[in-house]
Amino acid sequence: MRVARLVQRCALACCAALAAVACHRDASDVTVLRFWTIGREGEVVGELLEDFERQHPGIRVVVQQLPLTAAHEKLLTAFAGDALPDIGQLGNTWIPELATLGAIEPLQPYVDASNAVPKDDYFAGIWDTNVIGGKLYGVPWYIDTRLLFYRKDLLARAGFPEPPRDWDEWKRALAAVKAHAGTGNYAIFLPLNEFEPLLNLAVQEPDPLLRDDDTRGNFESPGFRRALDFYVEMFRRDWAPPMSNQEISNVWDEFAKGFYTFYITGPWNVGEFRRRLPPEMQDKWATAPLPGPHGPGAAIGGGSSLVMFEGSKHKREVWQLIEFLSQPAQQVRFHALCGDLPPRRSTWNDPELANDEPSKAFRDQLERVKPTPKVPEWERIAQQMRLASERAIRGGESADKVLRDLDARADAILEKRRWMLARAGTP
Amino acid sequence: MNERRAAWTFVAPALVVIGAFFLVPVVAAFALSLTDFDLYALADLRNLRVVWLGNYIDILRTPLFWKSLGNTFYFVLAGVPLSIAVSLGAALLLDSKLARFKDFFRTALFAPVVTTVVAVAVIWRYLFHTRYGLINFALAKFGIAPIDWLGDPHWSMPAIILFAVWKNFGYNMIILLAALQGIPRDLYEAAHIDGASLVQRLRHITLPMLRPALLLVAIITVSGYFQLFAEPYVMTQGNPLQSTVSVLYFMYDEGFTWWSLGRASAIAFLLFALILAATLLLLRWGRRGEAA
Repeated sequence: MRVARLVQRCALACCAALAAVACHRDASDVTVLRFWTIGREGEVVGELLEDFERQHPGIRVVVQQLPLTAAHEKLLTAFAGDALPDIGQLGNTWIPELATLGAIEPLQPYVDASNAVPKDDYFAGIWDTNVIGGKLYGVPWYIDTRLLFYRKDLLARAGFPEPPRDWDEWKRALAAVKAHAGTGNYAIFLPLNEFEPLLNLAVQEPDPLLRDDDTRGNFESPGFRRALDFYVEMFRRDWAPPMSNQEISNVWDEFAKGFYTFYITGPWNVGEFRRRLPPEMQDKWATAPLPGPHGPGAAIGGGSSLVMFEGSKHKREVWQLIEFLSQPAQQVRFHALCGDLPPRRSTWNDPELANDEPSKAFRDQLERVKPTPKVPEWERIAQQMRLASERAIRGGESADKVLRDLDARADAILEKRRWMLARAGTP
Repeated sequence: MNERRAAWTFVAPALVVIGAFFLVPVVAAFALSLTDFDLYALADLRNLRVVWLGNYIDILRTPLFWKSLGNTFYFVLAGVPLSIAVSLGAALLLDSKLARFKDFFRTALFAPVVTTVVAVAVIWRYLFHTRYGLINFALAKFGIAPIDWLGDPHWSMPAIILFAVWKNFGYNMIILLAALQGIPRDLYEAAHIDGASLVQRLRHITLPMLRPALLLVAIITVSGYFQLFAEPYVMTQGNPLQSTVSVLYFMYDEGFTWWSLGRASAIAFLLFALILAATLLLLRWGRRGEAA
């Protein structure tokens, strides 16, 4: 499959290079769309594209896979070098950045003129991550949200037949699990090199993470303080080991051994848990929505969107491809191929998804997902947030101090944004 | 006059290449370091502000810069002597008349240099593993409690140093071995006849004769170790608590993760000044030794 594509791409390249007369005639009636994908999705999307090309004989799609670790640099250098493709898959936290650059095309006119992408069918939180400054820049392709993976047997042994629903219950469950876990084992694993677990707790609180039109940090707010206190408490009480992913080496193995009972992670791990946990462990794990301060809480809505690059000369065809990939039938196939969660409610009515046990908790939580602040600087601020929490946990600094520092750093990072807004007078 | 023109004609191609690929980028980078070039400026050059020395002042006021500088000095001050000592030890062993299978050991000891740092980092992460690692297993035999190598801010840098020394000592070993083989044997014979002990021969013949080679090795190693990057990048990502963030790592983060190219260029020039100062210091030390 991939070889065939490679041959195709080489052939196309030859056409362009030689500009042979015969080839020329071909190239003029076939529109070639360049499609950049990131990670695993690129490996499986080819199967869907075959059908698309069959339905649209005049369009050929050339897929290029970018590794996740290099994708960000590649996109920015391509923008600087004017070499962006026609259509791309874009992690929704990168949309603000590329929208700021003016690299991607606003899609509202296309959505308005089409009935294939009905906004109301999409989970509101994930749709919202694509709206920057009131303009729509992407159509959600798949959705990510992190929730609780837990060991049913260990939780039941600690006296909790059902997973916790709010923070108080969760704390009791954590304490009980830790008491039953045996020496050297823990109740929950929160990797210190990831900002997502703390961020998920933080978005459950009503206070926004940034304030003043997203130009200043708002980490000293009472809401963030509560989230941080809870997060740090899990380490201070020894419910969570102060470790990063590197020190665990194999998260699935440790989960099977009972090193921890709760693990906050995303849909990609459903497949991994099925594949990597031993057979006797398969009926002992389950998923549950993330507990919030008062009942099931919100979570970050991550995932990828399909975007149209501003420089594309084939925007009509790009939109046709976006429409095609947004069909519920294609999304069901896509889910079957790689396990990604579809962003449309109607896709979830498909029996394969609706009856899948670990997916149910995701379906439930997707109604409550929230976007993170939509500024290009956000990822950098999120890393500072992670460092601040690490200083509180590993360094033993007080919450007051790390939060004051964190706000100061966020303000410094956002200085340029304040300057730009002041100069433009509008966001 | 004609001769001069001929000379210029001969060096011109080289000068053009150096100018285009070295001088111009360096000047451009310096110009960049006087601006706040970032993502917004990439979008629209009107968003570019000339800040003159603002980046430099700002960086000198950033706690992480001083921390990364401290980490880098820690790495250089502990890593360079250790690395050279290990290289010298290995070279002496290989040069010894008693050594067997010299070719095999020379290749084996050099092997880490040509391995891929990413691949061996995976192995070393397992060796350093707190609960299952071979290193802690061996330490436990001596009754030493397990060390959280990569998770404890006090142990992470020693872990990186161990890894880097293992990875790099082979290169210097080859240079020192070549120098050792260049020492005339009759010096040793004469000393032997005069009744000099093994240690005396090492101190009064081997080390003085190795001086130029050692100076070269020291300069290469110091400038290389100041540019610490790959080891923490693959082993710890600068964690825990930024205890393995080096100056170069800090620069990489600023420039390529966050796209603050102005600040990143300023860090590059600060690092350049630092390495230049260290090299000049070493050269002076070497020259003074020669005079004495």
